[in-house]
Amino acid sequence: MRTVFKTSYDADINLFRHRAQAGWYALLALLAVLLPWLVNVFWLGEATNMLIWAIAGMGLMVLVGQTGQASLGHAAFLAVGCYANVLYQQKLGLPFILSFPLGGLTAALAGVLVAIPTARLHGLYLAIATLAISILVDDLIVLSAPLTNGVQGLYAPPISIFGLTIDRYGNPYLFYWVVLVVAVLVVLLYRNILRTPLGRAFAAVRDSEVSAKAMGVNVAKAKAVSFGISAGITGLAGALMGHFAGIFNNETFNLLISIQLLLMIVIGGLGSIHGAFFGAIVVAILPQAIALARDAVTGALGVSSIAIPGLETAIFGAILIVFILFEPAGIYGRWVKIRTYFELFPFYRRDMFRRQRSYLRTERMR
Amino acid sequence: MTALLELEEVTLRFGGVTAVDKVSFSVEEGEVFALVGPNGAGKSTLFNLVSRFYDPAEGDIRFRGESILKRAPHEIARLGIARTFQNIELFEQATVLQNLLVGRQRHRRGNLVSEMLFTPFVRAEERRHREAVEKVIDFLDLQAHREQYIAGLPYGVRKVVELGRALAIEPTLLLLDEPASGLSVEETQDVAFWIEDIKTQMGITVLMVEHDMHLVASVCDRVLALADGKMLALGTPREVQGHPRVIEAYIGAHGRSKVMA
Repeated sequence: MRTVFKTSYDADINLFRHRAQAGWYALLALLAVLLPWLVNVFWLGEATNMLIWAIAGMGLMVLVGQTGQASLGHAAFLAVGCYANVLYQQKLGLPFILSFPLGGLTAALAGVLVAIPTARLHGLYLAIATLAISILVDDLIVLSAPLTNGVQGLYAPPISIFGLTIDRYGNPYLFYWVVLVVAVLVVLLYRNILRTPLGRAFAAVRDSEVSAKAMGVNVAKAKAVSFGISAGITGLAGALMGHFAGIFNNETFNLLISIQLLLMIVIGGLGSIHGAFFGAIVVAILPQAIALARDAVTGALGVSSIAIPGLETAIFGAILIVFILFEPAGIYGRWVKIRTYFELFPFYRRDMFRRQRSYLRTERMR
Repeated sequence: MTALLELEEVTLRFGGVTAVDKVSFSVEEGEVFALVGPNGAGKSTLFNLVSRFYDPAEGDIRFRGESILKRAPHEIARLGIARTFQNIELFEQATVLQNLLVGRQRHRRGNLVSEMLFTPFVRAEERRHREAVEKVIDFLDLQAHREQYIAGLPYGVRKVVELGRALAIEPTLLLLDEPASGLSVEETQDVAFWIEDIKTQMGITVLMVEHDMHLVASVCDRVLALADGKMLALGTPREVQGHPRVIEAYIGAHGRSKVMA
């Protein structure tokens, strides 16, 4: 076990707790940068997909994990970010370097607009309201066909940054690096939110609204800001998703995507950046794992390949149920437990992470 | 002495029940003022009125001579009024340190963009907040619990953390809702010393609700007794404790002769 001697407040403010931790993350970053040389094009594409999902996951995590507001409609913000980015390029002729952040900003604005009428809703009611918004955006895309080309969808042009053309198929490693840079920037932004009064205001709203008010937190404003940041990050992921898919329509961002996104961060571990990445790995790897398993089974039985519709969703649901029953803290929670076990060996106690029942709280005033 | 907080003919009704009935009193700057009374007397309701969680049906509440009835609940802390809750309302999924830092929201000076980019100014601000919080940690002897999560803390420590969070606001007026309820004799004694120091060293005015008359008698300058939302008696702890109407409210009219004797 490592003992960190803190000699200044900066030890708690800095991004890394100690040199060794910074070293491990530097190694991970190096590995991520060198990935195009380590794996083939197929798996590089899967890694890119994973990173895009992780960005979207972090977007939703700000809202659900940090601020405690449920959302079943985040596919709507993926759609807004995606359409805005491509339309800014096509209709206004903006370069990617401008259209991409503007797309995120547009999604953030949409998030704030959603937050204003839903500020008073809690839990299930908020989930239903956001669900409705997801459906609404789906319809709006179809209705505004002159702009969005309706159900036929739009083509995402290749990304062009300072004359360099980046195409997912033409030069997949460049596209991967673009996504990697965005992912790292979002992680930094997320960490900064966590270590400032902004992140603490979010946590206050999540844990006790009454108390947050008494501490001087403007709860409605905090929710709106959280919705904005969350939708903005999700919008960026949506824009990347559009470029990754090449072609997209209203169906690309349907309700199932919203639900998958929420399940993803629950499986990964609510309230942590790691959780978004772990969840994204599950989402990205699962279809490939199922395909591999199916090939193995059909190969072993000597029958022709069969495709079972809805298998992926069913397995995903099963994984979720297993997690909620046995590890509500998600993959990240399990990882922390395993790490603590080895750090404290042989002093780890079984109930170390058991949450105590919280004492009576005033639910009367919300 | 000037009045810091003034309540004037404040009335609050929940449906047909009058929870607070024409209550008027003023808390002077620098004093420790206690509200006592049987359960359901309206003590906590008065706190919630000052916190602006409830709107009074009639009357006015003034802080430093200015009505606060036009203010939103979150603006109350910014005015310099901090409070604790009867049934502890801490942020459970956060550490003691983070809880105390939330108290610094009032002193937040960075804006959204600078915080997201974590500019050097924001870092300097964080150091400043931390220093202020460390002073509170030293004052309340919370060093051992700094990095612990609230969800795993015993009741007594949670009580202290809540007091600490209110102090981190650096208030002018501190509202304590039953600071000693559920605490052991030793812990209650600590609370008494702390309230004494909060008053004399920090110069913070304290308004508290408390059932422990021993604590009230030892730290409070003035006491207001309430029953069924009405004012019974106002004066020094000794005067109020001996007031016939107060005795009647607590143990009934028949008890009077026995107590007096």
